[in-house]
Order: sequence, then structure tokens, then C-alpha cells
Amino acid sequence: MPGDRLEAVARACRVQILRMLAHAGSGHPGGSLSVIDILVTLFFGRLRHDPKRPDWPDRDRVVLSKGHAVPALYSVLAAAGYFPEKLLITLRKLGSPLQGHPDRMALPGIEAATGSLGQGLSISLGLALGLKLAGSSARVYCVLGDGEIQEGQVWEAAMSAPKLGQPAHALDNLVVILDYNKIQLDDFVKKVLDLEPVIAKWQSFGWPVVEIDGHDVTQIAKALDQAEATRGTPTFVVAHTVKGKGVPFMENDPEWHGKAPKPAEAIAAIREVLGVSTGAWEDYLKTDSATRAIVDELTALEKK
Amino acid sequence: MPAKASRAAFGEALLELGAKDDRIVTLDADLSKSTMTAKFAKTFPGRAFNLGIAESNMLGVGAGLALAGRIPFACSFACFVVGRFETIRISVAYTNANLRIVGTHAGIAIGEDGYSQMGIEDIACVRALPNIGIVQPADELETKQVIAYAVEHQGPLYLRLTRQNLEPVCPPDYRFQYGRWLLLRRGHDVTLIGTGGPIFNCHEAAKRLETDGISAEVINAACIKPLDEELLLQSAGKTGHVVTVEDHSVAGGLGGAVAETLGDVLPTPLKRLGVQGFGESGDAKGLYAKHGLDPAGIAASVKKFLNR
Repeated sequence: MPGDRLEAVARACRVQILRMLAHAGSGHPGGSLSVIDILVTLFFGRLRHDPKRPDWPDRDRVVLSKGHAVPALYSVLAAAGYFPEKLLITLRKLGSPLQGHPDRMALPGIEAATGSLGQGLSISLGLALGLKLAGSSARVYCVLGDGEIQEGQVWEAAMSAPKLGQPAHALDNLVVILDYNKIQLDDFVKKVLDLEPVIAKWQSFGWPVVEIDGHDVTQIAKALDQAEATRGTPTFVVAHTVKGKGVPFMENDPEWHGKAPKPAEAIAAIREVLGVSTGAWEDYLKTDSATRAIVDELTALEKK
Repeated sequence: MPAKASRAAFGEALLELGAKDDRIVTLDADLSKSTMTAKFAKTFPGRAFNLGIAESNMLGVGAGLALAGRIPFACSFACFVVGRFETIRISVAYTNANLRIVGTHAGIAIGEDGYSQMGIEDIACVRALPNIGIVQPADELETKQVIAYAVEHQGPLYLRLTRQNLEPVCPPDYRFQYGRWLLLRRGHDVTLIGTGGPIFNCHEAAKRLETDGISAEVINAACIKPLDEELLLQSAGKTGHVVTVEDHSVAGGLGGAVAETLGDVLPTPLKRLGVQGFGESGDAKGLYAKHGLDPAGIAASVKKFLNR
């Protein structure tokens, strides 16, 4: 898919993220909005997968280790056709397969239960090794949060990955992407527990590191190409991102790590995502019936 | 059959099964000489992975391997591997990965190394998790059958093995069935349910009790989760008195599981024998005597329990 199409899908996914979080009344907008361009580029520009066959053994895997950003993953899975879009607004509701954090047994397309931070990289190592042992050419993409890599298990896995399976089954089918949005729940990462020098850390553990702008789909795709061309080792991608990206009043604000927008706030945020001024909004909605329907739905929710 | 540690029987079974099924892989955390997977690693070097002293990562890698269709056995001492409870909780149990977690060196019977190396709360921890079964085989014969079963099992499993040699207790024609216990000796005054290390002592205690006119039924409970509710209720209903015996904390282990089931379904007077407090260094025999898990201690507890 060309870059401008990926950006359009990412915009639509941002709208869905805001919509479903407003319906849920809780959840994590900041990290969902920072990771969405990465997930869209993976699912629509990279993955060999088949939404009709989520258990296809040779599918590429995405493990969203920062499980709290799962609204982003749900929006992408719905857009790819894993489940009907109308399910999105059941997020976090009793009986919904869209659990607050990923549940592999609840929803096809989820590769591992995550959300208890620090565990997804180890699972990804196992998946990558298992696929190699099975002779599969499938690839594994693991997305880590920046605050998440304060967990010790991440460093156990980081130390292990470049050596695991060598030489016959080296994990060059594994790409790890750090969503480096610089903010965690309590505050800025720098203030809580600084990760720097993060590139030097991973390099010293034996990883080739690629540094990109995590909102530039061309740069993301190029980094994935580079990883795919790398033999004998997994690749680590540091994706610099902006927490709350696309919604100016959420951007770079720790408050929006784990607070859902109220319906009126979600409508304002959707308008920002679509780049429409307040004055032009009503006219714009006459030309975009899908967004009109979402806005009406959120307006009704506001009145409840 | 001579006495053999269940970890040793596990190592032998893996070698045999590994030759037949190349999906079987082992994971270790620098204790492969103790968990007895070292021979497997020597024989199948491309299928044995030593993750270093990093049990959380080992468990996660094991879960991933299982999700990719391999049949992994992730091995360490019971205390170290179950000590990484949060990884077992999410990456294994909740993910429903077909990982076989093997905890060796279970119980105070490891002796001299002392408490920090003793897995005596592992059953309690794992028992609280949905999805994951717990099996502790009694002797070499049963261990080999349990490992063969584990290869086929769907869903996560926790296998609890011993460092010390175990006297044979299962009859030669025994066939392990998941969720089923083994009636070792019939009796009508009291039901002794043992698991792992002390099961042989239960049998010895029953012989002593017989000379005192007490007829003890003895059951080997390999499956701690799920337990064999049918046999438990049948035996408890018959004898009216149940004693559980395990080399594990008295809290939350086999005794806890039996107490919960009896309490719910068939309230029956129950005495739980197990480890009180922390373990400590010492010889295994002395430690079993101190905690009342030797034949004399078990027999004395049964008599006191029955007011005889």
C-alpha cells in the first residue's frame, strides 16, 4: 500500500480509537495514538496474513507487548477485516472479546495475552525460534513501550535474543519496535526512570539498531526493509513518537496516558485528527457521512 | 525397579520421546545438570536451549515456542520457576500456551541446600491459576507415563518432580490417566492421600497402623489439579476420615485442594500433613521426621486424628 493510503488508514484508525475509548469511558489514548502509524504500516504495508485464517501457521505475527495500547490494535484488526467494525464500541464492556488488554483466547488476531508489561518480547523470541525450527519463513514483530522496558524481563530477553538459536536458527525473523513516546503513566520517562542512552544499551546487548520517526510511514517501511535484509540477528527499531499524536490537546501530556476522552472531547479530537477547523466542521460533516454517523453517536452518548 | 528420582526418570523419558518427535524441545536456566535435561541437550543440541539464569524469559520463550507449534519443556527448580509467577499467570496460563513447566527439587527433601532452594509453595501458587494442570508423579514408572502424556496434553501443565530417589509404589500394569488417582491400598477406617515424595511413607504408615488395628486406605494423588473428585468422595464417604500428606506447605497444596472439595461437596473430618513454616538445611530423613512426614510421624498423626 502506498504511503498516502497508509496515512489515510492511520487517520481512520485514530478516529476509531477515540470513538471506542469514549464509548468505553476508560482506557489509554496517548499510547494508542503514538503506536498507530507503526501498526498500520505493519498490517497494511508488511504482514503476510489472512484475516479469514487467523490461525494460518505461516502468518507473520505481531505481539503488542505494550498491551494497554490495544485500542490501536483493535482498530487495525477491524480495518483489516478480522472482525466487524461495529464490535469496536464494545471495548471493555461485559462479554466483549475486546478486553481492556489483549486476550489471545477472546479474539482471533491476538497472538499473546499482554498488558502485564515486560513479557511480550520473551514470547516473541519463542515465536521466532519456533517458526525457524518449523522451517517457516514467517516473521515476528514485537512492539514495546518505552516505560515498559524498565521491566527486568525485557533485559533478560534482550540479552538472549541475539544469541538464541545461533547459528542454524538465528532470530533474523524478529523485529522489535520501541514506541518511544517519552511518557509513561506517572510522568515523563526521563523523570521516572530515564532509559538513555537507549540505543547504546541495545547495541551493547548485540542488536543492530535503526532509529526512525515513528509517525513517518516511509521511514517505518524502510526500517522494516532494512531488518528483513539483515541476516543472523534480530533488529531493534527505535521509533521516536509523540504521545497522543494527532490530537493537539493530548500530545505530550502525561494526563492522557490513561484517561478516556469524554464524548465531546472525542468529537473535538476527531475533528483535530481530520485536520478540520471548528468553523468548517459542520460543512465538512455534510461531505463525510461515516464521520457524521460517529459524531452523532458520540453526541447521543454525551446526552446519556 | 530400584528407587529413582522423578527428575532422573523425566530425563530418560525425554530422551526416548525426543527421538520420536522432533517438536519436543527443552528450555533451561543454567540448571540442566540438575533438572536432568543435559542428556537431551547432548543428544539433540539443536532442540535444547539454555536461557541462562533468567527464568522469566525462559517461561516467555517457552510460551512462544508452544504458540508456534513446538512442544517445549521449561525446566528449573520448582521454587525458581514458579517464583516467576506473573509470567506464568499471563504468558502461559492466560495466553493458554501449551507449555510444560517442569519444577524439579520440589519439597524439603532436597535437604542440605536449605529453604531458598526448596519449592514448597509452588502448588499453592499454580493452583490459583485457571487453565493450568498440576501433576506430581510418585515413582519412575508413573513419571515416564506422565511425561509421555504431557507431550499430548493440550493446554499448560505444571509438572512437579523430586531431587531425591523415590521408591516404586505403582503396580507394573499401572496406566496414568489425567485427573485420576491411584488406589494403592484398600482400607475402611481412614483415607491417606499422598503425593510425590511422602507417598511411599504413607504406604509404610498404613502397614504400621494395621498392626494397631487401624485399616488405612492409601491413595496416590499424582493429579493435584484437576483432582480425582470421584475417588476422593468415594473413599471419604467410606472411611469418614481423610488425611493428606505432602512435601509442600500445609497451606494451599494437595491438602488445600482436598479441603476445598470436601468442604463444598462432602464435609468430612480432615487432617492436613505437610511443611510448617519455612524449610531449613538438614538431611532429608531428619527433615521428614521433624515435619511428621516419615512413616512414624504419619502413623502418629493418624492415630491422634482418630483418637486411637
